[in-house]
Amino acid sequence: MVSVQTLTWSDAWYLAPEIVLSAFAILLALLDLILPKRVNRNIIGWLTLAGLLVAAAFVVSLMVSLGGLTDTDSAPSTHSLLAGSYRIDDFGNLLKLVFLGSAAFIVFFSLGTVRDEDVPIKAELYYLILPAVLGAMVMSSSGDLITLFVGLELLSITSYILVATRKRSRLSSEAAFKYVVSGGVASAFILYGMSFLYGLTGSTNVGEIAQRLGTAVESAEALVYISFFLMIAGFAVKLALAPFHAWAADVYQGAPAPVTAFLAVVAKGAAFAMLYRIMINTAFLIPGTDSLISKDVVLGLSVLAAAAMIVGTAGALRQRNVKRLLALSGVANAGILLTPLTLNLTQVHASMFAEFLFFLIAYAFMNIGAFSVLTMVSKDAGNETLSGFAGLYHRAPWTAVAMTILLCSLAGLPVTGGFFGKLFILFGTIQSQVYWLGAILLATTVVSYAVYFSLIRQMYMRSGSTDSSLRLTLPAAVTIWVCAIATLGLGFFPVPILEGIKEIFAIPTDLLFLQG
Amino acid sequence: MLDNLPVLSLITFTPLAGALLVLLLPGARTNWLRITAIIFTVIPLLLSLWLFASYQPSLGGGEYAEHSTWLQIPLNIEFFNPGEVSTLRLEFDYNLAVDGISMPMVLLTSIISVMSVLASVHIRKRWKTYYFLFLLLLTGIYGVFLARDLILFFVFFEVTLIPMFFLIGIWGYYDREKAATRFLIYNGLGSAAMLLSFLIIIATLGFSTTDGMNLAFSGNYDVLLSNLADPNAFANVDSANSRYLGIFLSDNARWTAFVLLLIAFGIKIPIFPFHTWMLKVHTEAPPAVVMIHSGILLKMGVYGLIRFVLFLFPDQMHSWATTLAVFGVINILYGAILACVQRDFKLVLAYSSISHMGIVLLGIASFEEVGLQGAIFQSVSHGLISALLFLIVGSLYERTNTTQLSELGGLAKTLPFMSGILLIAGLASLGLPGLSGFVGEFLSFMGLFGSMKILTAIGVLGILFAAVYVLRSILNMTYGPMPETFANLKDARFVEAFPMITLAAFIVLLGVYPSILTDLMQHGFNGLLEQIQTRMGG
Repeated sequence: MVSVQTLTWSDAWYLAPEIVLSAFAILLALLDLILPKRVNRNIIGWLTLAGLLVAAAFVVSLMVSLGGLTDTDSAPSTHSLLAGSYRIDDFGNLLKLVFLGSAAFIVFFSLGTVRDEDVPIKAELYYLILPAVLGAMVMSSSGDLITLFVGLELLSITSYILVATRKRSRLSSEAAFKYVVSGGVASAFILYGMSFLYGLTGSTNVGEIAQRLGTAVESAEALVYISFFLMIAGFAVKLALAPFHAWAADVYQGAPAPVTAFLAVVAKGAAFAMLYRIMINTAFLIPGTDSLISKDVVLGLSVLAAAAMIVGTAGALRQRNVKRLLALSGVANAGILLTPLTLNLTQVHASMFAEFLFFLIAYAFMNIGAFSVLTMVSKDAGNETLSGFAGLYHRAPWTAVAMTILLCSLAGLPVTGGFFGKLFILFGTIQSQVYWLGAILLATTVVSYAVYFSLIRQMYMRSGSTDSSLRLTLPAAVTIWVCAIATLGLGFFPVPILEGIKEIFAIPTDLLFLQG
Repeated sequence: MLDNLPVLSLITFTPLAGALLVLLLPGARTNWLRITAIIFTVIPLLLSLWLFASYQPSLGGGEYAEHSTWLQIPLNIEFFNPGEVSTLRLEFDYNLAVDGISMPMVLLTSIISVMSVLASVHIRKRWKTYYFLFLLLLTGIYGVFLARDLILFFVFFEVTLIPMFFLIGIWGYYDREKAATRFLIYNGLGSAAMLLSFLIIIATLGFSTTDGMNLAFSGNYDVLLSNLADPNAFANVDSANSRYLGIFLSDNARWTAFVLLLIAFGIKIPIFPFHTWMLKVHTEAPPAVVMIHSGILLKMGVYGLIRFVLFLFPDQMHSWATTLAVFGVINILYGAILACVQRDFKLVLAYSSISHMGIVLLGIASFEEVGLQGAIFQSVSHGLISALLFLIVGSLYERTNTTQLSELGGLAKTLPFMSGILLIAGLASLGLPGLSGFVGEFLSFMGLFGSMKILTAIGVLGILFAAVYVLRSILNMTYGPMPETFANLKDARFVEAFPMITLAAFIVLLGVYPSILTDLMQHGFNGLLEQIQTRMGG
């Protein structure tokens, strides 16, 4: 058995990003209490931003010091704490950078965009993002079921509060309640599924579970099936995969726009991180058994991915509310993000993580950008319907152009990040000879043209109720353009990013918990 | 003078440079915008004329080819034995080349684009956006005809999609938005089928290695062709290893890729059951844009069919030759018969396009050099004729505000010049000897006659119908009683007459002197046809 280990001071360096976030969260919460009412709470927003950036800087320096940036093969660029329950590796670090970066963008564009009458206690919105990101980081960095679950709950519970920050809005309260209930059920499913794994293998450490699962399968195959079934169902809710996606549209609609963007990008990415951590090490690589369980799990995940793409796209076709439309497009995109995981590791196809991460980065940019535009437009129009976008081209031509770039990327048209992201994932399905999934990805992509181009049609071909030009706050304008340009940049120059991922990331050390 | 310049890149990206320049100009200065757009469409015309003049068919255009690496995406190879393999990459190259098949298409594009930009004088609003999109569209089209890498081709193909959506949707007639959406979805489906097929090809045929250590999946067309011809290439050897790694191109995979490509280009051409989107575009888009659409974009389908389906999958194509010919005949007769009963002149022209593209299919299905030349000749000729017809339609509509046959009549009295040109275009369209339409049809039918006599005979009936629908509609418009409202119409202005005369001149030129095009192609096909013959023989 593993002896109990405690943290020592020397571990603080490895946990620096997490410690920074915790410290900032606590200090900012206290600051909000101390500061007199007349002080504008934007100061807390800026400090939140600073906290996120400092944490990101620590992540980068950790990667450098572990040698992850320089070479992959020679040095094992990982470090594990507390008997393998917390792992500092490149899988976690890369995802942490995505989470911190996305959160920083989201906080930045909320500054000056979120209004007092909509979100009465603005400071909460800002400093609650910190523990939420902390949860996401724990999820991407854990090697133990308990730690993973703690991260998941930290993220979930803060998200429930964040959704409810529009205190005067009935929709927001309703959304928060729905989110609590569905999220709670999902957590229960995941925990229940984990308990079977623990019961069968006697360990919560994912690496140890992986080693002992082979014997467990031989003695109680049905229980292992039940365990994976429960966990996958729980994750499907968290990821808003069809048919477990019903909550997404309501919650996205009710939450304030920055929180919606946060849920769409960070919360979803974190759930994927956890899914990777658990599934790759357990279900995919069960040693010494001829059980069909790996194949069945893969099949189950691919069916979920396909269902999400189909249901998400079909649902988005009929949406008039743009926030709900983006929620359903997020369902479809979750299916695409899940696709690389369902392509089993083979000799020719070992790039699943690169495919996933590249599309996640592209997805983060296009979603944050699109939500920023939506926030500005809906604030001006007073509603979130499609017709709010009518004639946007005449009122704010450059914003319309930026939105067009973002929508083209969502639709997967060249030359954008979305296009290349989908192309790599598609090439993965072809290489792995899972043609049906590739065909569904393509077919739903084409149908999604109708969804995204209905927005473009509104912007360019309809005339709106007003001709006065649309005012953008500076942070929103910056965010929109950074996202649009980054989206184009990922399209024209995808190689540096992919080269970087390839250099930094190595499956055996960073994703597999091979022990001994 | 131009020998050391990357001419093909210049042709492709000059319009894009123009588009960016248009963005910088003030939107209210219509004339500046127009002149910029004209200049940046004339430059590619001059370049492609130079290319045409200096092109030596016997050399196959190799001296103009441009090659540079574009994307080299590293793939993980941790599960290969590290000692055996050092890198695995996904390579997409920036490869441009011109040969006997591309050359006529590039010429066609450059000529029609200039005429179309002149015809854009009838565009009444949002000029800046219009010219920007127009020039962007041209870059996409040139790229499609010159690209020699599957992914590069696909990117250019998609680049034509977005500007076209806007051009139809913003400047079209009443039902423009529906037409734009339908265009987007149908062509999107085609592109999706194409991409799936391309990726299957890249993952198998594209697999190559120079030294056994550095492996790559490449989209380079030349690599694909040489792998296809090489019996020892990984994709052609059915060993347990290549099958396990998924790089063996099995018969089933070949057929899948082949059918997907056929659907992709079939939608574009369009082949019979996939044609509805194209009718809508013909009637709803502004005439200047239809000139591009009917004149050039449909030919991208023909080009793709020859370049990718015929040359990459000759065996499959050969065993489906009869099917293709049957579809061609259906296109010819379906289009021709329906064109006879249309009440809107634009729809007559749209159905006539379907009919004429059927003849192209017959030429391809012939698997004879004559037929293939005919297919390309017919594409070019139909491009010129339909561009001319829609140019006239645009000018007519400006004056009469209608294209309904029942509301038009007696135009020869007030508009003698335009009616005369209309008659020339009509006669070319029905295949009068001495005009370009005849040559293309004749070559295509002749090519097919060797192998499928009955189908050819049925197909030729289309020419009879063509005479009926062309004469019926044109005589109806130019003669007969004239509505009083037309009494004061003014004939074509210079800016309208110039492109009309130019296009008509090209139609006559190709009709009396077809060898300027056929010579170009003759050598272009020589080597390639031999390849097909030997592969089919062996």
